[in-house]
Amino acid sequence: MERIPILRMGDLLLVTIQVDMHDRLAMTLQDDLTQRIVDDSAKGVLIDISALDLVDSFIGRMISNTAAMARVLDATTVVVGMQPAVAITLVELGLNLVGVKTALNVERGMALLGKSFR
Amino acid sequence: MYPATATAELIHTPLRERFRSVRKESTTVPLRTDEDVVHLRRQVRERALAIKLSLVDQTKLVTAASELARNTIKYGGGGEVLLERLDDGMREGVALLFIDGGPGIPDLDLALTDGYTSGGGLGLGLSGSKRLVDEFEIDTRVGEGMAVSVAKWKR
Repeated sequence: MERIPILRMGDLLLVTIQVDMHDRLAMTLQDDLTQRIVDDSAKGVLIDISALDLVDSFIGRMISNTAAMARVLDATTVVVGMQPAVAITLVELGLNLVGVKTALNVERGMALLGKSFR
Repeated sequence: MYPATATAELIHTPLRERFRSVRKESTTVPLRTDEDVVHLRRQVRERALAIKLSLVDQTKLVTAASELARNTIKYGGGGEVLLERLDDGMREGVALLFIDGGPGIPDLDLALTDGYTSGGGLGLGLSGSKRLVDEFEIDTRVGEGMAVSVAKWKR
């Protein structure tokens, strides 16, 4: 089955979404991430969506739900790299991703998670 | 259910009548599975690019298409979408007509309210996509199906 890879770096989990996600793939990612937070005792999750040219209500909800599930499991989620056109569309659609931490890029996202590259 | 191209001719709403005189090429895309939605998004993106819609308008149209396609599958039990290029001599546009043979919508005003859902979603599909396009029209017949017509014009 098609899956989006989840990388582990210390107590962080990194996900880069590089495919045009259909709904089942988005649900699989949500389940996989939640499971990996527990298995790897992760404290932070960084989701890079810079390659996504669309975030609709389904993908938006998957992101919100993942962040909420991570929070309950004592992990922080940061979504990074959203394209400006996607941000404009998302807000006009009525999705505000309440409760989801965001950062402009991976570096700032890592900083937000309290990590440094040095 | 008739094929989309045949069904489209049976719809005589104000918006469809207007589009009929200015539409150019058209294609039909089936909507049955998750993968069909991804395929449609690509097709719409190509059409939007072809008439040089701005990146923001492309994104809005593709996102609206994604929402409406999901509705067609989830609530309408699947259907088809007709993609049309519009050209009225002054400007170009892309029109999408989503057709399903599902139960239709008994209370359209309620269905267009932000946050209202009959299926456990966020309730942004219809109301949200309406905000993302320039033209939006629903023709629903309870028990027979519905047709959602949208369009985005090049600014």
